[in-house]
Amino acid sequence: MAAYKPVVVQACPKLGERITQDTLYWRGYKTPVQIKEFGAVNKIDFSPVPPYNYAVTASSRIHIYGRYSQEPIKTFSRFRDAAYCATYRDDGRLLAAGSEDGSICLFDVSGKAPLRQFEGHTKPVHLVGFLSDKYRIFSGSDDYSSKLWDIPSATEIISYSEHTDYVRCGCASKVNADVFITGSYDHTVKLFDARTKSSVMTIEHGHPVESVLLFPSGGLLVSAGGRYVKVWDVLKGGQLLVSLKNHHKTVTCLCLNSSGQRLLSGSLDRHVKIYSTTSYKVVHSFNYATSILSLALSPEDETIVVGMTNGVLNVKHRKPEEKNENSQKKRQPAYRTYVKGRSYMPKQEDFCVSKPVKRVLRKYDKLLRSFQSSKALDAVLEPPIMLHTPEVTVAVMQELHRRGTLRSALAGRDEKQVNLLLTFVARRVIEPRFTPVLVIVADMITDIYQPVVGQSAIVDKQFLKLQQAIGKEIDYQEELLEVLGMMDTLFATFTKKRESCLEENKSNGVTEIIETNRNY
Amino acid sequence: SSGPGSARRCPRGLRLPRGARAPWAAVTAFLPRRYLLYASGDFVKVHSVNTEETLGLLCGHADLVTGIQLNPHNHMQLYSSSLDGTIKLWDFMDGIPIKTFTVGPKLLALYALASAEDSVFVVIPKQGERDTFQLVSVKLTKGAGQDLEGKELSVVLDGVGASPKQIAFGREDSYVVSVKDVNLQVYFFKRKLLNRFSLNSAKTKGADNRFSCVVCHPTEDCIATGHADGKIRLWRNFHHKKAYTYSALHWHHDTVMDLAYSLEGTRLLSGGVESVLVQWHNESSCQKDFLPRLGSPIECISMSSDGVLCCTLHTDNRITIINSNLRFSRSIQGLIKSRDVKTGLVVDPRTKALVLNGEPGHLQFYSLQSDQQLFSLDIVQRQYIHQAGLKQSDLVKVTFSARGTWLATVEESEEVADPELQLKLWFYSEETQSFALNTRINTPHDNHITDMCFRDMGELGDDSLILVTAGRDCVFKVWVMVEDSDPEAHQSVSWSCDFVGSYHNYQATNCCFSEDGSLLAVSFEETVTVWDSHTWDLKCTFCHPPGNIRNICFGRLTCSKYLIGATDYGFLCCWNLLTCALEWSAHLNIVVLQPDPLSEHIAAVSWLSKESSLFVFKPSEPWPVYIQRNLCKEKILLAVFVPRDEPETISSEKYLWLRKSQLFFLTDTQELMTLSTKSLEERLTPSSKQLAVEESLPVTPFSVLLGKHRHQQAQEDIDLGKPVVHNKQEQASPAVKELLHTPAHVLPSASFLCTIFINSLLISKENKSAEEVADEVEMESEKAEDESDEEDVTAMEQEDTSHMELLGEMTCKLSKSQEKELRKIRKMDFSWISAF
Repeated sequence: MAAYKPVVVQACPKLGERITQDTLYWRGYKTPVQIKEFGAVNKIDFSPVPPYNYAVTASSRIHIYGRYSQEPIKTFSRFRDAAYCATYRDDGRLLAAGSEDGSICLFDVSGKAPLRQFEGHTKPVHLVGFLSDKYRIFSGSDDYSSKLWDIPSATEIISYSEHTDYVRCGCASKVNADVFITGSYDHTVKLFDARTKSSVMTIEHGHPVESVLLFPSGGLLVSAGGRYVKVWDVLKGGQLLVSLKNHHKTVTCLCLNSSGQRLLSGSLDRHVKIYSTTSYKVVHSFNYATSILSLALSPEDETIVVGMTNGVLNVKHRKPEEKNENSQKKRQPAYRTYVKGRSYMPKQEDFCVSKPVKRVLRKYDKLLRSFQSSKALDAVLEPPIMLHTPEVTVAVMQELHRRGTLRSALAGRDEKQVNLLLTFVARRVIEPRFTPVLVIVADMITDIYQPVVGQSAIVDKQFLKLQQAIGKEIDYQEELLEVLGMMDTLFATFTKKRESCLEENKSNGVTEIIETNRNY
Repeated sequence: SSGPGSARRCPRGLRLPRGARAPWAAVTAFLPRRYLLYASGDFVKVHSVNTEETLGLLCGHADLVTGIQLNPHNHMQLYSSSLDGTIKLWDFMDGIPIKTFTVGPKLLALYALASAEDSVFVVIPKQGERDTFQLVSVKLTKGAGQDLEGKELSVVLDGVGASPKQIAFGREDSYVVSVKDVNLQVYFFKRKLLNRFSLNSAKTKGADNRFSCVVCHPTEDCIATGHADGKIRLWRNFHHKKAYTYSALHWHHDTVMDLAYSLEGTRLLSGGVESVLVQWHNESSCQKDFLPRLGSPIECISMSSDGVLCCTLHTDNRITIINSNLRFSRSIQGLIKSRDVKTGLVVDPRTKALVLNGEPGHLQFYSLQSDQQLFSLDIVQRQYIHQAGLKQSDLVKVTFSARGTWLATVEESEEVADPELQLKLWFYSEETQSFALNTRINTPHDNHITDMCFRDMGELGDDSLILVTAGRDCVFKVWVMVEDSDPEAHQSVSWSCDFVGSYHNYQATNCCFSEDGSLLAVSFEETVTVWDSHTWDLKCTFCHPPGNIRNICFGRLTCSKYLIGATDYGFLCCWNLLTCALEWSAHLNIVVLQPDPLSEHIAAVSWLSKESSLFVFKPSEPWPVYIQRNLCKEKILLAVFVPRDEPETISSEKYLWLRKSQLFFLTDTQELMTLSTKSLEERLTPSSKQLAVEESLPVTPFSVLLGKHRHQQAQEDIDLGKPVVHNKQEQASPAVKELLHTPAHVLPSASFLCTIFINSLLISKENKSAEEVADEVEMESEKAEDESDEEDVTAMEQEDTSHMELLGEMTCKLSKSQEKELRKIRKMDFSWISAF
């Protein structure tokens, strides 16, 4: 005798992202805090020392924000025109920034007026940075030159004019105090050594370079420009390791996480992609409202700050880690109750009396087992099942249809239930996996409730909605067929060449030669 | 009658009884707790209830057995009636007929009563009238011989139904009830009174209230009748023509197929197409219990003679044994007959079992050697509702990969227009020893799937496995295994579509891979297309108009360059793949084309003017190797070659092609047949087994204890290094066993045997060593006995080695010479029997 077989619910492989460790990690941020700046945010830089304040450069101001503050705790606004690239020194006490008029200002974080001003560039300075010996500043400007400055004397040490276009990004090596790189709109990234008079290495990126990054080890270089993010091996003389093309608009900023395991890239396409630095696969991605210009990650990945073109600063803080040890302890079963006798191995002469396994049936299965069709349908029309697991509802409808009792189960319902049914059908009928069943259901409902149309405004409205949904779907299918037809034409022209060799085969002594044609 | 080589039923009776000819009128009877007897085709089978083993086969009837009944005066004997007009009395324990009574006309049912000692009741067709039957009593003459005449007939009732379920005998055999259509008649033997009652058909508003079956209460004057509209009526007070009463019980929604009262009459069991066994407790309160989901419609219900068990007979050739508390106990099944064998006959490469449709939605694996169902695989995995008019989904195509590791199944609903198709791929798991579902593909084709095959490349392993399905939606699809890249997925491989091929928008009807797997042949209506299985390029096409291609297959081994095809308009064509030319063709209406997997031979069955003929040929030669015209009258629908376990030695050159495999056919009347090379006499060598008494003994605590002692005794003997004693035991026991197992009627008188038996128990003097050892054992055991006498019961467990020596002592005392003597006597016995 067979036991009752529960209704088979068609499991569908979940499309889209899989839940991995990374998704869990990167999802662990609170809802973002939005701060409005005065202009496009072109640079965000975290102070390397606690409490990890961050400097935001937007328009003609530099705002310093505390970790959880929504108001700037300090503002540098002594710029006549736009300020660029406010960057902290390694000890977090000095801040350097370039400006539209070509001057570079050096601020004390606690002070207000600039400590030093470096004049020499003739065009706006978009790039300023400290070398790792803390006493020198490098800069890059729209006058195609990059310069090295001495902080104490505020004088220019050396000037390189090798780029043939604006210099817009750069980065200093953390391991060698003399080495820094610059990226330019002339599609190249150049590596400079302060001890030599010319660049040491030139890397051709292929697109105007928007952002460059050196790995903490100094061995790998990441450049972003156009839609590409490229990783180069510096030690092998600038060999291309990998070229990533995951954005569909220009990549504007790059950032490493604190452990150096993940690389983040922000783009004008409003996405931030996170790559693993071992496989260079995208492991997660964030969506933002507008194009991204700048991006920074605080130490320990506590905060992600993203600056947009419309001047909005998006700050996400990490959720505090949940401590669920206590609750787990509570749930642990008593040792004596659950483990007793479990380890006992029956001997050969022992009689084993096994308890029959109790099968738990879902509510709709119990009702189906006793042939209560209407109630089974009621059970799966409950909102939790209907909303979250529509496949269960559809599976039960299909089973009822197989049993020939779907019509009677659908009939005899009041306005509220018909409304519920129609809402469900109108919403799900366009999903390909539900369509065959729900078309039948929709057919039956219209059949059964046709005489009462016009008596209830709500039901009438739902019928119209259903009609709309189906009409839309038909239009869509027609469009798809058109595309398919076009593609068929393309494929046909593509496979035409092969025909000749088939022709040869056919001309052998086959009893009846039938013209062949390959249709895909 | 038929010579060697003609197709006939398999000796084991592998027959799917069905259709109008065989109502499967089996009546079962239980001896107290041990045997179940049932009629199956021309045979009566004896089955052990405890071990589920077929213990014996009573064969002797020349036609369908229609009724069996235990002899009411001797429960070791059985009456059986058959359409061949004879009643046989059997000793079913030994499987031998005692008496045969020749009655003459066809016997349709049999009833034996305790009160009538020398007569039985049978249903026979009335002479001179069609479709009218009468119940007659047959006087069983007492005579010395085995074959007797039973011509003394006296008519008891006229106008009875042909089914055995339509007649019942009442309390203390005082009356007999017969139902037919809307009439019920009761005949009282003592008063010689016949009462007729009939139901008013007008009253029921169109419902069919005809009688379907009848039973009588064992202790009260009460008749229960089942009706076609699902009602059960209980009739009382039927002694009076006018003042009779009846009450109705209604649960079944369709015909009540059978009813049965429990031994005391307190419970009434009923069953029908719902495949639910209903137990009615009290007729007034309508209290009832159900045993649902018995698998298939119940055709017959039978109670055991002691009332402990009940068994139901189902339409799909199955018997279910049910406990008295309405719990499912076990089921006995042979080849399940399904409504339609859509899957064809397939051989499982792993078990060599025949695989075909079983229960609805199931695949049965049927062992041809043991006539047993090995297992039933649930493919559809859906609750089956027994209801007329429902569109059920069933299995339509099955195919195995070369080594049996993968199984592909296609199921579809019965709807013609929009079939609900599912392609499922099953992987054989070595751990669980069964097939597990790997991939399920919904709607693999937009229309019915017509054929399906795996690429058989056994030596290359499963990596090269490819599945091809051909569909009526004018395409064939190629499915390949893909490894799942995600390490967290619970299975490493799944199947997905790789290529879709079509040809001029013709329906794809057949597909087939060449032996080496390099070529795929797909037939599209009138054309056969040959594709390269690596690049999926169309290589060439063959056609033999007019007529659609019905079957295609590649030649094997030395003939692998040939492609064979059969067309609708009666042509069998052989194309050479190297020259792309037609090699030969023959004008034959081929319905089945089946290549032998182990040789070059191809079997083709043709159907012409109401007879099937078999042709076996090699593709390389246009003339057949073997022709058997008029194989059978029925149309053969399916055929399969089943590889033999070991090649058979066949002397006749004509049958050399049957050396490696055996050919089985399935006809449109659902009979499974095989082609046998042996003559009828050779095949009918006595296969009836003796009923092994020891094996079927129920396990009692005592026997368990005894068994343990014996087992340990044997162990100890080996440990002690006493091979002589051990040997003697071994030799002695079969001798005694044989003596005990020889049927009592072939043994000489007990007084004659007594001395021999006692002598056999004595210790032989010739074998000194044995004697010494035996003495030792005896002494030891005596000691042990003394000790154990003083000890507590709890100590017995520790001391049981000494106890069993005591028990073992008895069995080790038959000497070789005495055994020889015994055997001599046994030989002498047989000669004496034959002389008699």
